[in-house]
Amino acid sequence: MAVYTIKKAEKAPLASKGVLLWLRVNLFSDVTNSLFTLLGCYFIYLIVPPLINWMIIDATWSGTKEEIINDGARWIFIFEKFDQFIYGFYPEALHWRPNLAALISIFFILSMNFISNLKIKIGLILVYPIISFVLISGGFGLEIIPTEKWGGLMLTILVAAVGIIVSFPIGIVLALGRQSKMPIVRTLCIAFIEFIRGVPLITILFMASVILPLFFHDGIEFDKLLRALIGITLFQAAYIAEVVRGGLQAIPRGQYEAADSLGLSYWQGMILIILPQALKISIPNLVGSFISLFKDTTLVLIIGLFDVLAMVSLTNSDTNWLGFEVEGYVFVTMIYWVFCFSMSQYSKSIERKYNTEH
Amino acid sequence: MNKKTHQDSALGFLNNPQHRAIIYQIMALLLVFFLAYYFTNNMFDNVEKRGINTGFSFLDNVAGFGISQTLIAYSDSTSTYYDVFIVGILNTLLVAVIGIILASVLGLLIGIGRLSKNYLISRLSLVYIELFRNIPILLQILFWYNVVLAALPSPRQSFNYWDAIFLNNRGLLLPEPLFEAGSSAILIAFILAIISVFFLSKWAKKRHILTGEEFPLIKVSLAILVISPVLVYFMSGQPIGAEYPVLKGFNFKGGLAIIPELLALVFALSIYTATYIAEAVRAGIESVPSGQKEAAKSLGLKEHVILSKVVLPQALRVIIPPVINQYLNLVKNSSLATAIGYPEIVTLFSGTTLNQVGQAIEIILMTMAVYLTFSLVISMVLNWVNSKMEIKGR
Repeated sequence: MAVYTIKKAEKAPLASKGVLLWLRVNLFSDVTNSLFTLLGCYFIYLIVPPLINWMIIDATWSGTKEEIINDGARWIFIFEKFDQFIYGFYPEALHWRPNLAALISIFFILSMNFISNLKIKIGLILVYPIISFVLISGGFGLEIIPTEKWGGLMLTILVAAVGIIVSFPIGIVLALGRQSKMPIVRTLCIAFIEFIRGVPLITILFMASVILPLFFHDGIEFDKLLRALIGITLFQAAYIAEVVRGGLQAIPRGQYEAADSLGLSYWQGMILIILPQALKISIPNLVGSFISLFKDTTLVLIIGLFDVLAMVSLTNSDTNWLGFEVEGYVFVTMIYWVFCFSMSQYSKSIERKYNTEH
Repeated sequence: MNKKTHQDSALGFLNNPQHRAIIYQIMALLLVFFLAYYFTNNMFDNVEKRGINTGFSFLDNVAGFGISQTLIAYSDSTSTYYDVFIVGILNTLLVAVIGIILASVLGLLIGIGRLSKNYLISRLSLVYIELFRNIPILLQILFWYNVVLAALPSPRQSFNYWDAIFLNNRGLLLPEPLFEAGSSAILIAFILAIISVFFLSKWAKKRHILTGEEFPLIKVSLAILVISPVLVYFMSGQPIGAEYPVLKGFNFKGGLAIIPELLALVFALSIYTATYIAEAVRAGIESVPSGQKEAAKSLGLKEHVILSKVVLPQALRVIIPPVINQYLNLVKNSSLATAIGYPEIVTLFSGTTLNQVGQAIEIILMTMAVYLTFSLVISMVLNWVNSKMEIKGR
């Protein structure tokens, strides 16, 4: 007679829980999957150890040029030329001025989050660029530094910041113009936006640096940097206009009609009702457009400005330090990557923050 | 009564939004006209003062400089600036076509890899995307050109692959196909194959609609496309030969030489653009609701049928528009070739020609016109694709 005996509870097999389960599901679920995993491992093996060797283990971190014995990265080159990478030819004794400007910028951006009074905010927005400009360029008792001496990361950030700040209002106006009911205004805006978006930035920079001076009387002189800034700003404005247009189109018609029925004027309705919503929706795309602009600032080196990328070849033209291009490019790559990656992560976090509906 | 007096006054006229719109537009137009007048006036003054010629007659002058890569016949001593212009456009198109093909293949692979069930593959794809799209394209071009390609050995020590392909710091050397008499028959056979595949697909579709029977179209068409030229190749006595590059003295003779500038540009552009294409592919495939796949599965469709008949048709609608936009970006980014001296339209025309002739306005406008034409053509293609793929019916 069969007697029922209670079986003892056994532990789950090792392969169906924890690390092993994860490995089996994610890496070795079937033959092709396992092959891909091995291929991936081989790929990592090919790339990562030599890279770590070159960048860290075999690298030369200190000493002088003559003492280099390892065949890894020679970071002493970066240490030696660090100031040039950051400030260009800006006089060394005055480096505190761009540093202070950077500090003020950080405080400015932080204060924007805390100050709620609109008038103070607008006042700050108007005063801040003037202070930063005076700090960097001079005047009011500070020694004047000509723009030819500006360079390095400082110039890159400056070009990007001016491009972003100045192009923003122009872009909004262009976007509103493109949505306008007035046919002539609309046509003008569309023509401008589509023209700029149809040509590469480099041709616009060429135009700004070669043709723009021809447009004005002989007496009016344009700084090389100013010309590049004008070109970049016009370029960026067209792209911002398209981003903002996307936001404007996403606003329901009822919002426009509500603004009208409240008796608000066109500008009141836009500034108080439509734009705050439209801009909020477009923030991720705006940040994306800022990232593109930051990457595009490298193009100014083609028209002869010395941004941080141009510093690579410039520092390598020093007869004492020839042949350090690799270190230079890797260093500049890291700078750009950190900036762009953190901006894109920021944009993603904002997207998540506003995407609370679903 | 009261209303009438109000209408008659000047204020009443201005209060009418329609009137105001007209006034604003006239003002905007006047402003634009004034600026245009002011700028052109100054421009002609300045041009005259500097003794620069105007007009497009310079296009007929002999250019007199060498170009490292020309797709049409070009000679330093007799070719004109107009020839330079055409050479530049063709070189831009060459980079664009090669770059678009490579970027699409790479982007597709990485995009699919991003969705792979294999954790390692999807992570590696993510690392690739995040790494390369956050580095400026100009930096990548310069890196490939100044670091990677410059580190290659000299022609005497070139990397040698099967004695047919050589890679050195002067570029990549490939065997050059030689077309002898009779090779046109192969081309004709290929064209005929394409035409027959076209009609075959029409017939197959018609039959499918009428009877519901499936025809293995892709396999049969591939077979026709491959077999008929190959058959003709052997029938006409193998008229296509190859000229192999040979090391003579310090450099290679013969073969198809690809200049390092083109290599660097194509590498950088396709690696960079592939990141965006990969993201578009991923977003497109993810946009297909999983219910679609489950429904197809519960109907008993096979894995590859689900992919080709259910997922891809819906995903492509989302994928193609951004990808075409990326193609346009690639074309525009190819203008950065000017930083490494690849002879495309910006380098040759806005660079060398501008320096020699000095007619900045005409030259830069012509360069812009080229890119505007490219943009226009690509956006026309995009509109055509969009209208073609619009969900029909209801």
